[in-house]
Amino acid sequence: MHAPDGFLNLGTAVATGAISAGAVGASLRQTGQTLKEKQIPLAGVSAAFIFAAQMFNFPVAAGTTGHLLGGALAAVLLGPSMGALVVTVVVVVQAIAFADGGLTALGYNVLNMAIVTAFGGWVVFRLTRRVLPATINGISAAAGLAALVSVVLSSMAFSVQWLFGATFAVDFATVFGAMVSVHLLIGVGEGVITMLAVRAVLAVRPDLVAGADGLDLDTAEVRPMRALTIGGIVVAFVVSMVVAQFAVDAPDGLERVAEDTGFIASAEDHALDSFIFADYATAGIENETLSLAIAGATGTIVTLAVGTGLFMAVRRREDEPLDHQPVG
Amino acid sequence: MGAGHSHPLHVHGHSAVHRLAPEAKVVAVFAFVFGVALTPREAFWAFALDAVALAVVAAVAKVPARFVLTRATVVAPFLGLALLLPFVADGPRTEVLGVAVAVEGLWGAWAIAARALLGVTASILLAATTEIPDVLKGFERLRVPPVLTQIAAFMLRYLEVVAGELGRMRTAMTARGYDPRWLWQAKPIAAGAGALFIRSYERGERVHAAMLARGWNGTMPELRGAPATTADWTRATLLPLVSLTAALAAALIART
Repeated sequence: MHAPDGFLNLGTAVATGAISAGAVGASLRQTGQTLKEKQIPLAGVSAAFIFAAQMFNFPVAAGTTGHLLGGALAAVLLGPSMGALVVTVVVVVQAIAFADGGLTALGYNVLNMAIVTAFGGWVVFRLTRRVLPATINGISAAAGLAALVSVVLSSMAFSVQWLFGATFAVDFATVFGAMVSVHLLIGVGEGVITMLAVRAVLAVRPDLVAGADGLDLDTAEVRPMRALTIGGIVVAFVVSMVVAQFAVDAPDGLERVAEDTGFIASAEDHALDSFIFADYATAGIENETLSLAIAGATGTIVTLAVGTGLFMAVRRREDEPLDHQPVG
Repeated sequence: MGAGHSHPLHVHGHSAVHRLAPEAKVVAVFAFVFGVALTPREAFWAFALDAVALAVVAAVAKVPARFVLTRATVVAPFLGLALLLPFVADGPRTEVLGVAVAVEGLWGAWAIAARALLGVTASILLAATTEIPDVLKGFERLRVPPVLTQIAAFMLRYLEVVAGELGRMRTAMTARGYDPRWLWQAKPIAAGAGALFIRSYERGERVHAAMLARGWNGTMPELRGAPATTADWTRATLLPLVSLTAALAAALIART
């Protein structure tokens, strides 16, 4: 996601830069006095944690790995304003000190990777917390769902910026469809890791989790995994139906979808992408509309199957008794 | 923290570029990149001129070309994307080596590749010739809120520590035979991330307490070199002058 210079046009860069600066200013005011005096070292070390978490490779499938973006994780742990500030600092330092991401691209990189993920993730997190119990499982499930949605929101934000700022003509619908469907899969990984990480923190130091207000440690845990699974499926359904719709509307045929998904794969250096790409490409059918619809549907089903499988697998492992662990 | 405070992109030196005040360099690099972004994509000569200007800076700073080129591979994924554009873009097509490609896509690919490479090279040169605390000082002098620069300073100072801790956790897990291949095997990693957060946060608390004990009042003492002089600013203007003039000239030529 660290877009280089010249990826979108200058107007978009300036406009997104202004939005990002405004959001950062608002976050600074929000965190205000507490941050100024007391918490700068804490914020700094947390930023180092998010930076390190982005180096934290987790397995995705068949030995390929992905890494965290961490925006929603930061928001849940530190609160939305502080989380957004911390991830903003990470993104800006990556551009300036590590030449990762362009300088003129800072506007949209910060917006997509820090602002949208932290605040968008926080909104989803609060909304989900209303329906889930205030237990460790409930809160970490809400965090996981927030992380999943935050990644998708980030890709949507990028697609919209593309609509305004593409330096050349590629159809908006195909960009949107490809970006969002790929990030739905990335988001599943982000969601699972965020959920488990928040859970690990809650188990030891629940006082450190900003989003854990009202945590109830006394109530016996009911498994909220079902709620998370259902929530995840609903989100996946809604988003993929939108995506499929865009894919069906696209005028130029399956070849385009395939190449499009392929181009996202190269943009993201995320090994999982080649996998969904393959699924799209297999539906080689003459009729353009039909094949597109099938491609979209395949994407939906694959996404759902993978997502559901992951949730179930996670749940199954948690149910395993401890004495299954190797001894010695 | 015994591992030195420099960062991987810094090239130690005492050249004229190294000595330039950091705020002047930061402004110069940003202005240069904006100039590159403004350059019309048809103006090949303007991009070439920009590249020459960067090469001159690198030569003056004695930053090896190979160093710059290896670090520039950061943009490789996006260059890969750019290479695909001629095949996916809309519009009229043309033949290149017997393959039909979109004219718009070719232009888009060229523009992205040129701007991304020039931009990343400028960033690398800034990082190579300026130590990070100096960059942050420069930002502070440019009126970036000190809260942000201080968060960044702490982050960079503790990044090595946290990353080192991460590495040790990874080693410990590998030593115990943990070799995950699927997402549902990721639980120990996520739990490790949680543990890492707690350790980082508690380290932050200890650092904060230690700083308070030593009389920290919320601002860092001024230890870095003097602010930019007029001579600094004049010298720093030379780089963006090239890209901005070239962009302007190219735009004027395109209009006539």
